[in-house]
Amino acid sequence: MATATAPTDVELRPGRFWPDMLVITRRNLLRNVRLPQLLLFATIQPVMFLVLFTFVFGGAIGGTIPAEAGGDYINFLLPGLMVQIATFGAGQTGIGLSEDLDKGVIDRFRSLPMSRSAVLAGRTLADLARNAFVTTLMLLVAFAIGFRYQNGFLGLVGALLVVLAFTYAFSWIFACIGLRVRSPEAVQSATFLPVFPLVFASSVFVPTETMPVWLRTFAENQPVTVVANAMRGLILGPGVLEEGTSVLEQVLLALGWSAAITAVFAPIAVRLYRRVTS
Amino acid sequence: MDDPIVDVRGVHKRFGDVHALAGVDLQFPRGRIYGLLGPNGAGKTTLINVLATLLKPDEGSATVAGYDVVEHPQAVRRKIGLAGQFAAVDAYLTGRETVEMVGRLYGLPRAEARRRANDVLERFNLIDAADRQSKGYSGGMRRRLDLAASLVGEPELLYLDEPTTGIDPASRVDIWDLIRELVAGGTTVLLTTQYLEEADALADRIGVIAEGRLVSEGTADELKDSLGSNTIRLRVSEVDAADAREVLAALGDVTESQRGTFTIPATDGNRTLLEVVRRLDDRGVEPLDLALERPSLDDVFLTVTGHAPTRSGDADTGDTAADGPGADGPDTETDTDTDDEAARAAGSQH
Repeated sequence: MATATAPTDVELRPGRFWPDMLVITRRNLLRNVRLPQLLLFATIQPVMFLVLFTFVFGGAIGGTIPAEAGGDYINFLLPGLMVQIATFGAGQTGIGLSEDLDKGVIDRFRSLPMSRSAVLAGRTLADLARNAFVTTLMLLVAFAIGFRYQNGFLGLVGALLVVLAFTYAFSWIFACIGLRVRSPEAVQSATFLPVFPLVFASSVFVPTETMPVWLRTFAENQPVTVVANAMRGLILGPGVLEEGTSVLEQVLLALGWSAAITAVFAPIAVRLYRRVTS
Repeated sequence: MDDPIVDVRGVHKRFGDVHALAGVDLQFPRGRIYGLLGPNGAGKTTLINVLATLLKPDEGSATVAGYDVVEHPQAVRRKIGLAGQFAAVDAYLTGRETVEMVGRLYGLPRAEARRRANDVLERFNLIDAADRQSKGYSGGMRRRLDLAASLVGEPELLYLDEPTTGIDPASRVDIWDLIRELVAGGTTVLLTTQYLEEADALADRIGVIAEGRLVSEGTADELKDSLGSNTIRLRVSEVDAADAREVLAALGDVTESQRGTFTIPATDGNRTLLEVVRRLDDRGVEPLDLALERPSLDDVFLTVTGHAPTRSGDADTGDTAADGPGADGPDTETDTDTDDEAARAAGSQH
């Protein structure tokens, strides 16, 4: 009888995770390469934000920004905008998963003897790569229209790593939404629910000092602001931060948020994945 | 049954108020085609999902190739291939990439996945298109690619959920041929269909499923025989209808399906037929049409499920009403099927 020789479930063999995850990552990256218009629009949007905000608001807001920004709104704006784009970009994880569900692709994956978490890990990794690409392009455009980092090249690299950790963490939130909400269109709309309050009630576009107290309390303690401040510290130097806080402190706080979000939402996403059917 | 490849005992599955599977028992042997026939929402896809380890049964047990689907899902997954209701292939990948990817996910080494992908693409007549992205494929090609992908792991048991819904008639016949070849090569196939003619043409055994229960089971012939004797169908003009009814009533239970069209059981076969002819002649009734008929699968279906089968012509491809975990009632059917027209076209040919 076959049951007598039932092998240990491959679930118990962690060796399947890495190869399966890489296969899925490759599949998802190929989508970006083969459908370049997706990447094109994903890039146009942040660039448009960057250019519009810089030239529309720059003149008016310029006076209120910290001196460390060198008097240019773009130097203040870019770190914040990169956080905004990170949250938008993470939304793609939910939309992509929802499309896979819609087409029955997830059913196929779930019927295969592959690692149970590889589909999500591969999806979030591919989306991280995609968001790194978009962020880099945005950075190049920023340089072209006047952005200058004020705290050394390493600071800039550090800021990129901090924002990528954040977009990765947010991908797991959207993975949960994508697996829960049934249609890709609905996921698209649902993406804005967490994103808008977090992005606008934050230090992304303007300093938080002028907000009413209740809003300010929220704005200054929520993760988007924490990450944006850490990036400003890394890009513009410690003087941009509130007195009594160091860049290292802000960076650790930002990374802590990303780690906590991932630690909470990745297991939820994997659990949802293991039960979902098209 | 010795060593059945699928052994389902008392399986229940509920989605909210919907009792999608209400106590299914099912066993079938290796190396055959088993057809699950039933209308939309009957529970076909739910049963496939349980057997493919996608859904856990609420009650009862199911083993596939000797492994319990709940206790040893990964062992089951190594034995099965699944081709769902819609071709689950990525439009932006080439046919070869698609099949190789699935092969890799079955745990095959790269070279082996490549070799098998090539074999299966050749067998499915896709080798010329193998290096093109599947977005350029026809509906039939996409289905074949989906089938190819589900076979690259060389499964012992292949699940085909409505394999020809929504494709053109010629491709449909192609796919039937491919399925027959597979079984000749030793694969066991479990297929669901709403098309009677598909079950009749392909399946060695047929299980009729309705409202989450297996209501009848056997070979196509057994199912037809289970209805008992043949029937005689008579059609006469309206002026003769009353006379004809009287003549037939003397010979058995008459049913009048339309005005002037009657059926009675042919208890003595041809002898009953002769008797009908003789008596009609005596009364001067001239039949417009008179025939001895074997029960069709349609009749079987009508008898066991209590309602008429889905004609392939008006098939709606979804089985979603009771089969999606998101469904919480029969009214939530939200299947949007862009291939519906194609399904109509395909169905009307058979």
